[in-house]
Amino acid sequence: MEFDFAAEQPKFLMLMYGLIAFVAVVGGLLLLLDVVPSFFARRREAQLVAASASGAPLPRRRKQGEGAFAFFFLLPTLLLLAIGLVVPAIRTTLLSFMDSGSNDWVGLDNYRWMFAEDSIVRVLINTLIWVLLVPLVATGFGLIYAVLVDKARFEAVAKSLIFLPMAISFVGASIIWKFVYAYRGEGDQIGLLNQIVVSLGGEPKQWLLDSPLNTFLLIVIMVWIQAGFAMVVLSAAIKAIPADIVEAARLDGTTPWQMFWRITMPSIRPALIVVVVTLSIATLKVFDIVRTATNGNYDTNVIATEMYNQAFRYQENGQGSALAVFLFILVIPIVIYQIRNLRKQREG
Amino acid sequence: MTTATPTVGVGAQATEPTTRGARVRKRLNSRTATLVSIVIAVLWTIPTFGLFISSIRPENEIKTTGWWTFFSNPQITLENYQEVLFSRGSSGQLASYFINSLAITIPSVLFPLAFASLAAYALAWMNFKGRDWVYIGIFALQIVPLQMALVPLLRFFSTGVTVAGVQIMPAWDLVDEQKFAQVWFAHTCFALPFAVFLLHNFISQLPGDLMEAARVDGATHPKIFRTIVLPLITPALAAFGIFQFLWVWNDLLVALIFAGGGDETAPMTVRLAELAGTRGNEWQRLTAGAFVSIVVPLVVFLSLQRFFVRGLLAGSVKG
Amino acid sequence: MAFARSRQALAVAGVLGLALGVAACGTGNDKKSGNAGSAECGAYEKYEGHDGKKVTIYSSIRDIEDERLQQSWKEFEDCTGIEIDHEGSGEFEAQLPVRVDGGNAPDLAFIPQPGLLKRFVDAGKLKPVGADTKAMAEQNYSADWLKYSTVNGQLYGAPLGSNVKSFVWYSPKTFKEKGWTVPTTWDDMIKLSDQIAASGTKPWCAGIESGDATGWPATDWIEDVLLRTGGPDVYDKWTTHEIPFNDPQVADALNRAGTILKNEKYVNGGFGGVKSIATTSFQEGGTPITAGKCALHRQASFYANQWPQGTKVAEDGDVFAFYFPAIDPSKGKPVLGGGEFVGAFADRPEVQAVQTYLASGEYANSRAKIGDWVSANKKLDLNNVPNPVDKLSVGILQDEKTVFRFDGSDLMPAAVGAGTFWKGMVAWINGKDTTAVLNDIEGSWK
Repeated sequence: MEFDFAAEQPKFLMLMYGLIAFVAVVGGLLLLLDVVPSFFARRREAQLVAASASGAPLPRRRKQGEGAFAFFFLLPTLLLLAIGLVVPAIRTTLLSFMDSGSNDWVGLDNYRWMFAEDSIVRVLINTLIWVLLVPLVATGFGLIYAVLVDKARFEAVAKSLIFLPMAISFVGASIIWKFVYAYRGEGDQIGLLNQIVVSLGGEPKQWLLDSPLNTFLLIVIMVWIQAGFAMVVLSAAIKAIPADIVEAARLDGTTPWQMFWRITMPSIRPALIVVVVTLSIATLKVFDIVRTATNGNYDTNVIATEMYNQAFRYQENGQGSALAVFLFILVIPIVIYQIRNLRKQREG
Repeated sequence: MTTATPTVGVGAQATEPTTRGARVRKRLNSRTATLVSIVIAVLWTIPTFGLFISSIRPENEIKTTGWWTFFSNPQITLENYQEVLFSRGSSGQLASYFINSLAITIPSVLFPLAFASLAAYALAWMNFKGRDWVYIGIFALQIVPLQMALVPLLRFFSTGVTVAGVQIMPAWDLVDEQKFAQVWFAHTCFALPFAVFLLHNFISQLPGDLMEAARVDGATHPKIFRTIVLPLITPALAAFGIFQFLWVWNDLLVALIFAGGGDETAPMTVRLAELAGTRGNEWQRLTAGAFVSIVVPLVVFLSLQRFFVRGLLAGSVKG
Repeated sequence: MAFARSRQALAVAGVLGLALGVAACGTGNDKKSGNAGSAECGAYEKYEGHDGKKVTIYSSIRDIEDERLQQSWKEFEDCTGIEIDHEGSGEFEAQLPVRVDGGNAPDLAFIPQPGLLKRFVDAGKLKPVGADTKAMAEQNYSADWLKYSTVNGQLYGAPLGSNVKSFVWYSPKTFKEKGWTVPTTWDDMIKLSDQIAASGTKPWCAGIESGDATGWPATDWIEDVLLRTGGPDVYDKWTTHEIPFNDPQVADALNRAGTILKNEKYVNGGFGGVKSIATTSFQEGGTPITAGKCALHRQASFYANQWPQGTKVAEDGDVFAFYFPAIDPSKGKPVLGGGEFVGAFADRPEVQAVQTYLASGEYANSRAKIGDWVSANKKLDLNNVPNPVDKLSVGILQDEKTVFRFDGSDLMPAAVGAGTFWKGMVAWINGKDTTAVLNDIEGSWK
């Protein structure tokens, strides 16, 4: 019974290579951008001297330099995104017009299938319920909690408790909650919810069978996980409110309630938007909760779960891709909202 | 700001020679506030607590009675933990997978952090044509489900890139632990849209005069980025770092596809997932497994939490 | 600051301590050395000549069964010097296509669904078996079995493990106490059910919840009944879609299964009413038998692993299984089952050697000796099968009168067999009527 550390060595070596690569890429990029421009700056200075001697204009130069800079700052991100997400997104869109084996073009058949399915209406409604409720409720709980425990005595512990579910994977969380909802027709209950109902004198219930209640019970799982996310980001934002603003308000004699609405809320608005937008997108994409808890049975299906099943379980690449494209379309309102936000920010 | 009439409480407080933090605490933490926060904390903790109790109960008890019966009939066993930690699967033991998890996670957090903060800075503070469209484009990429990216990305690694019959990029042909590089690459790709979005929001909120002053002083963009922006966005970096860490640590799908399931490369999640057995008959082990896998993320969270301390941002802006 | 840092260091040390603690209890690596030429290696002579080569296998077999698998070919590895690298995953069915389409296919895969195997053949990814493997497979497996891995006249893989699904689990102990006898005809089984129901116990228990595969135990039920009411011909036409999914004969079978599964007097012993079948996990489905809350549970041979610790699985023990009786015994002995096929994505000589070896009688006996395994391999010696249920299964598979049919949901296109069929059964248990369920499934089969 001994552990072979020699066998693990290559892994550490690989990790070291990774870290060296990291330092080389990021450090190199910054260094390059530091050295090269100063070289050009010196040349430009020389040109400037020459130009001032000849009297030629040179206003456009500076802007070009900024563009080149930005290009290098963005280069790694754009390159990786192109390979890892842009190409797959285009491929998915193309596949959505092809048959299940991706051999022949079938036009709009997959989209027609999508809307001919009886269950798809249900799926759409469910997705809508999810995407409306999860961001709202999770952000609400996260915000209330972040404000309440801010500067409290056991802040670190208190935050860790809410954060704990974040540390559990979606699948793990769904399994935990399946135990909460578990049902036994005879004998002792092993599910907490039914035990509470029974001890209050009620009849145990099969919670996950009844639509639409079951969808809300699944949403509880997502809220349970994501409230920690909202709490962490919002807490960071609350802590970033400049002390002098708080101090000034306090000297004005603001009540906690007024403080919250007049100081806290406006200050953390950008963070609040980040949280709501992120949760909306995460909710649109969530599939493991439904897959683990009900696999979409009993009218609980959502688009992402159906997409996963079609593309990976049923080998229906075309139909799965069509559902993915539909997800792309659903995110457009959020994108438009984001564009408007950006415009406002630029103007204001 | 002057419309509010001071309440008696506030008046009394103002005369108290306490620290500012203590006063704020007193205001917000009224009895109801404490109560509400305790209720939320309890609600959020109970399911995990139940799981924890289950993890120290014997198999037959877990499978037949609720975890709360533990309090009337306490039976403690460490068997589940023993099986999770020390049972040696044919494919190696947990320590090996633990090292894999670390080797996968650390670079997968660092790369997107660095690349995304560079990109976010450029998108927020550099003037170039079409920057808003680039930003919106990156933002929108968040919706691409990573499942849809698995096959093309795997093809990129295993067959390279060929355009019109010309091989412009060779296959990676990695073996064993070299496959970590594929996982880093994949995780970095998938993390970037969210990372850029989150960091852009923080970086664009930084005071403009600060940047302007630095430019006037002759600082270049890399210098501003290093000396001014990076220290200021530490809370945001810490926040994203935590999320990315959790996501990568808990990931099963990406690792299975790009690293494989052997003990040379697979992370802990792979081992934990197979603990339940081919037909799931040993699921009681999952209770202990879940706790073993939570430990590291929790340590990371607790140690990064100090970056959120008040005044970090405000203080540096003033200075 | 310094304090905070040291605390962090402490945390890191704690984590490392954990890792080291684990490390200290590990076992050493087992280095292989080719020792061809020794006495026990005589049987592997024909697979030699590939020393130092590596073959990768991908399957859904994991944990303890994975260990047994590795053990079963250890001698082969030692003698031939071929290194077999096996990887098992619970996401096998979803991951294999991704890996294959991504250009990263394993050398061999144990594919439990002939439907999935056919998909890879159609896509040109799977390699037909070599001459040696073909000869070995034809020698050891009946044509009934080989037809499931034959596409367009070409054989694409030999069967490996199998299971028998036509079993009803019961408690010999309880049966003895109450004076019940094991039924050998369908009518006897119903009579027994009525008798048990009259005594105040619900006779049947079932559970079809199985995560993202929820519903599959119910599809097995229906298939088993259809094989009895309609016979093997109707069954074959149904799985190949020569007759529609909602054929009246299928409706008959569903209704007949319903006389048990949707009968409030019969189910669901230990769990509640009919609907509790949908939310009871397949793993727990039969456990009330040990507590005397239910008497009968129809489930496959592999359910032997699901009983609580300390349950004796034997003909005179706490639990055992009897053959799910035929309705008309004169038509033979219909048996529903499943199994996996060893398909090859590469045709290197060492891959073919492993593929041939896995189809051999030597392998079947080597694996069977380790326990908990059943195969339809004709060379499998019943004396090498240690556990009583597996013995019973092998006996049934080798029985001349047996009319074996493969699990229909594994033969259908995945969208039906692993999709609408499963979901339809869940809806059926949850109260939807037979005709509507069958029409829905038929509608989804394109």
